[in-house]
Amino acid sequence: MNPRILAVTTGRILRQLSHDRRTIALLLLVPVVLLTLLYFMFDDQPQVFDRIALVMLGVFPFIIMFLVTSIAMLRERTTGTLERLLTTPLGKIDLLFGYGIAFGIAAAVQAAVASAVAYWLFGLDTQGSPWLVILIAVVNAVLGVALGLLCSAFARTEFQAVQFLPVVAFPQIMLCGLFVARDQMVGWLEAISDVLPLSYAVEALQEVGVHTDPTGTMWRDLAIVAGAVTVALVLAAATLRRRTA
Amino acid sequence: MDTAIEVHDLVIERGKRTVLHGLSCTIPRGSVTGLLGPSGSGKTTLMRAIVGVQIVKSGSIAVFGEPAGAASLRRRMGYLTQAPSVYADLTVRENARYFAALYGMDAAEADQAVADVGLKQAAGQLVGTLSGGQRSRASLACAIVGNPDLVVLDEPTVGQDPVLRDELWKRFHEMAANGATLLVSSHVMDEAARCERLLLIREGQLIADDTPAAVRASAGTDDLDEAFLRLIRAQEESPKRNPGRGPSRSAAAPTNTGESR
Repeated sequence: MNPRILAVTTGRILRQLSHDRRTIALLLLVPVVLLTLLYFMFDDQPQVFDRIALVMLGVFPFIIMFLVTSIAMLRERTTGTLERLLTTPLGKIDLLFGYGIAFGIAAAVQAAVASAVAYWLFGLDTQGSPWLVILIAVVNAVLGVALGLLCSAFARTEFQAVQFLPVVAFPQIMLCGLFVARDQMVGWLEAISDVLPLSYAVEALQEVGVHTDPTGTMWRDLAIVAGAVTVALVLAAATLRRRTA
Repeated sequence: MDTAIEVHDLVIERGKRTVLHGLSCTIPRGSVTGLLGPSGSGKTTLMRAIVGVQIVKSGSIAVFGEPAGAASLRRRMGYLTQAPSVYADLTVRENARYFAALYGMDAAEADQAVADVGLKQAAGQLVGTLSGGQRSRASLACAIVGNPDLVVLDEPTVGQDPVLRDELWKRFHEMAANGATLLVSSHVMDEAARCERLLLIREGQLIADDTPAAVRASAGTDDLDEAFLRLIRAQEESPKRNPGRGPSRSAAAPTNTGESR
């Protein structure tokens, strides 16, 4: 890893994003619009809103960054920029971390805007600090980036890349404890849920919801998500081959 | 002759097809070598092997005495891919500055490269909004930025205006005069005359490895187009001189005829 190359690569990815105004607008507005829907859906049940909105704040960045990254990385592969980059002094880790940091920053902005709206406008109520919610949202976003980098290796076209969303993200969302509490699931479903990283991210958010101070469980869950990020990045690095047929 | 690149008995397979059949050649340092041949002859594959991104079946390539693809070489090499490999959602200047920064070069050198390819006026434009020719020049700027020791250019002048093409060739020779080694592919024969040495490949085999003058002399014609045609026919008529495979086969035959003029 070369800090200078990592820094210029992160800057390059953010600059690409900054030229795409519409994507920025969508990144910032879509979570707000969905939170608004949720607010009016549970108009008379503030506890239900609190429970779901809190989890949504962590799940948005995961889904969106997964999609954005898998398309961005697929473009690097199909337009030849990846091959070109691999003939330069850039290391694979510089590129992968560059994506992680750049989209992590974008996710932090997104999470900050969505949380601000949720707390101030819609009166979201959590025992723990909103800062912890944002922190968990950013870690989730980086998880989305890491899985997106990995999945892009298995797609040849953008059509294929978007199909990985239902494969990778939907089961995690269904089994994360949002719809059915994890301990009330059939044993084998709970076992699957136990090995999916998003389950821990959601548990961490629920901890922030009911405890004033960060709990040991929350930190353990965050560490598990960070571990999943590392595993996904290592596997993604293995899919980046300098030499191809 | 100081050697920059030494290719020995290179065999490359892509899919089930053998693209290069035991190709050997040397490329001198500080010169412009033209790599010519019809499309599908293996030019791009050879270039990819030299920059170290192609899986090689057998044989060896040494670049400045190191195996092709060595990490230390990546700092000294510029590579233009055949399809422009620049970011469409960045401006020309941002692209050049990014690639310059990867090599530890500053913004001034990037801006110089942009000017060298005649894109000074369009420097602030997003690459995605450029014409095809401009886009490939933006990619070229990223390959020559900071004057690398080895510059591998895959069809750099396709679709360019003749005046600009002339300027680009002058720039290539200037780089060579300053010690850089350039390998430039083309399928246009009129560009062959601008090179100091020529490699002609056809169907993955080397047909000529010589100076343009020697190629003309050995074929007995002043027209390079015609000269290549004659070399190809001569090769087809005497398959024994160039058996399909085998470690003993090399480019020696055409080189010798060239030097015995």
